[in-house]
Amino acid sequence: MSEPAQNSQSVEELYDEGQEWKLNTGEETIHAKRMSGRFRTYKWMAASLWLLFFFGPYLRWNGQQAVLFDIPARQYHIFGITILPQDVWMLALLLLFFAILLAVVTTMVGRAYCGYFCFQTIWVDIFTWIEEKLEGAPAKRKKLDKAPFSVGKLWVKSKKHLFWLLISAFTGLSFVAWFTDVYQLWVDYLTLSASSTEWGTLALFTVGTYVLAGFMREQACLWLCPYSRIQAVMLDRESLIPTYDLNRGEPRGRLKKGQQIEGNGDCIDCNQCVAVCPTGVDIRHGLDEGCITCALCIDACDSVMDKIDKPRGLIRYESIDALEGKDVLPLFKRPRVLVYMSIMVLAFVGIIYGLMNISGLDIKVLHERQPLFVTLSDGSVQNKYELKILNKTHDELRVMVTTEGLDGVTLVGAEEPFLVRPGKVTPYTVYLRLPRRQLEEPTVPVYFKLVGVEKPELNSTYESMFIGPR
Amino acid sequence: MSENNPFPNESNTGHFWDDSLRELTNDPPGWWRIGFHASWLWCLVYFVLYPAIPTLDGYSKGTMGWTAVGEYKEDLASIDKVRQKWEDKINNPNTTAAMIIADDELRNYTVRSAKVLFGDYCSACHGSGGSGNSAMSADQSGYPVLADDDWLYGGTIEQIQTTITNGRKGIMPNYGARLSEAEIADLAKHVVALSDGSEHAAGKELFNNPTKGGCFACHGMDAKGMAALGSANLTDAVWRFNVVGKGDNRQASATHTIAHGVNSELIDPASRNAVMPAFGPLGKDLSAGSIKKLAVYVHQLGGGK
Repeated sequence: MSEPAQNSQSVEELYDEGQEWKLNTGEETIHAKRMSGRFRTYKWMAASLWLLFFFGPYLRWNGQQAVLFDIPARQYHIFGITILPQDVWMLALLLLFFAILLAVVTTMVGRAYCGYFCFQTIWVDIFTWIEEKLEGAPAKRKKLDKAPFSVGKLWVKSKKHLFWLLISAFTGLSFVAWFTDVYQLWVDYLTLSASSTEWGTLALFTVGTYVLAGFMREQACLWLCPYSRIQAVMLDRESLIPTYDLNRGEPRGRLKKGQQIEGNGDCIDCNQCVAVCPTGVDIRHGLDEGCITCALCIDACDSVMDKIDKPRGLIRYESIDALEGKDVLPLFKRPRVLVYMSIMVLAFVGIIYGLMNISGLDIKVLHERQPLFVTLSDGSVQNKYELKILNKTHDELRVMVTTEGLDGVTLVGAEEPFLVRPGKVTPYTVYLRLPRRQLEEPTVPVYFKLVGVEKPELNSTYESMFIGPR
Repeated sequence: MSENNPFPNESNTGHFWDDSLRELTNDPPGWWRIGFHASWLWCLVYFVLYPAIPTLDGYSKGTMGWTAVGEYKEDLASIDKVRQKWEDKINNPNTTAAMIIADDELRNYTVRSAKVLFGDYCSACHGSGGSGNSAMSADQSGYPVLADDDWLYGGTIEQIQTTITNGRKGIMPNYGARLSEAEIADLAKHVVALSDGSEHAAGKELFNNPTKGGCFACHGMDAKGMAALGSANLTDAVWRFNVVGKGDNRQASATHTIAHGVNSELIDPASRNAVMPAFGPLGKDLSAGSIKKLAVYVHQLGGGK
């Protein structure tokens, strides 16, 4: 029986693995080495998109903040388009679009969002960049951390924390700036006259950024972030992820006198891939829950391969199937990708349709229920309606209401065009009168048509009911 | 116990079960201790700041002087502050109800806020939304619909305001004591015919005969009623007293009204009962502003003139 032997062997392996297996639960600060390279450049490029977050609020459009999420007024302004709560279905489609975008990107190239775009990753990157500028390379930083308290240490450390806090505060201010006029916001903050919501949000974001990017770092990804957990299960064996080529690299071994030992693989056990990892992962153990697929280990490994004249790509973007020599379907033949893509296209088309068809005017009609109808002195039947007219434009509009679909009906109360307030719902009461003999059924449909007098392209129709005695 | 402690280098309490199960004397976790101390510190602060401790003559007031009813009153005051600019305009004696109707913003505010007043004071009889009420009164006289355009005392905003302020009580004699049943039936037929746009010859004769019906004295030669007296317009399709028993029996209704009169219960217990109480200083004493609001509300229900 060979099985027990095998079993004992695999337990041995488990012990070996246990020796190596280590999960950093925050007891040590990871001081990752920084080095330049292809993916480092990509990372900076992706990170620079966040400049929009900081400077986007200063854009103006027609004398107004170009993008303004005006919560108190319940209006979103996006480059001259005003989006009101009534258009919330588009927000739902937008969320769907981004959720599926996350899914499709993750299926194709793993946790690219985590590695390149996530604010946690980017802010940690910036914070550690400052740390490196002020405190020096990782080895020096570790030494400084262990060094006893001194004035010099205090000086260096407090400079770092000051910069961190400044960035955190600016992050908070920039966040608030999307929700209120940014120029006024600066004035309010500087004159200490901002509202309690503005101070509260600033404080929350300052403390949040400072703690999360300064101290929590990769622990936030490991223990706090739901996306990192969700994304981990969206990968499959065909996803391209930074992978260590086991077949080429093993058995790994250090160089002896600058020469590779006969029989060893290409991995020279230089540990550079671990040194540069911002989450402290050893990529050579395979897919790791801590890996944010930032590909900095690829840069590190490539630079070492260049040094020892080996081809690049010992660590590279590769799927598990490809590594094991299996056939990999082209991207656009994978069912998951196709399904995700079609949902994305549908959501996108819906948003475009919505944006093209946002009418400047909208009418809703509420039929009075108490009483449903009254008989007038001339024997005709009267119904009362409340019109809710929404004017999404920035100007006061003159509108005209007419009815269709009911012969012989008289509209009372809106004989003349009337004004509706900009950006608000204007309630308006009208009555419909119909001679009793012209009422063929107790309940008949009637259509209210609303049209802008000066701007006939703004119009809206609503179906309501005319109710009479049985 | 402790002399045969199998785990001498461990800080345990010396209590063992099943050889190795034992109670340790570890410190509680740091986060737990922080939470614990924060909790009682918070309690101390709370007990000082807020009312918390019962005493013999009440309770400790707390240094902040906070009370639930005080907070409620503050909230109310803040709402009143928002409403103040409109309320001031409405309560100003120089603002007439007609001026409120002419001002879109003020009218909208008035209609919204008067809805509550109407619910409190009016809808018990007139139904919510002024839909009237035919079933509630004991003698089935019913209460008038306010959403139609038929007004006994006039439907202009000023007339409505007067009606609400002073109340109304019209009187119609009980003709059962003076006319024969046949004559009353003829009169009733005439009233029904008028409502349909025609007339009934015998009934018309009685209607115009001062020694018989003499109805024209109050209802007018054209039978269209007089707002000053509150006499009904008999030629329109709206019936103030519509229901006798069940169903829309106009002949029976007219007969009953003519025979027993309106508000003549002192001489005829079966008389129709139709009293609008006063809401001004003579009655419920609502403020002039509230009455203005109610008049505007009633005016826009569907038939204001």
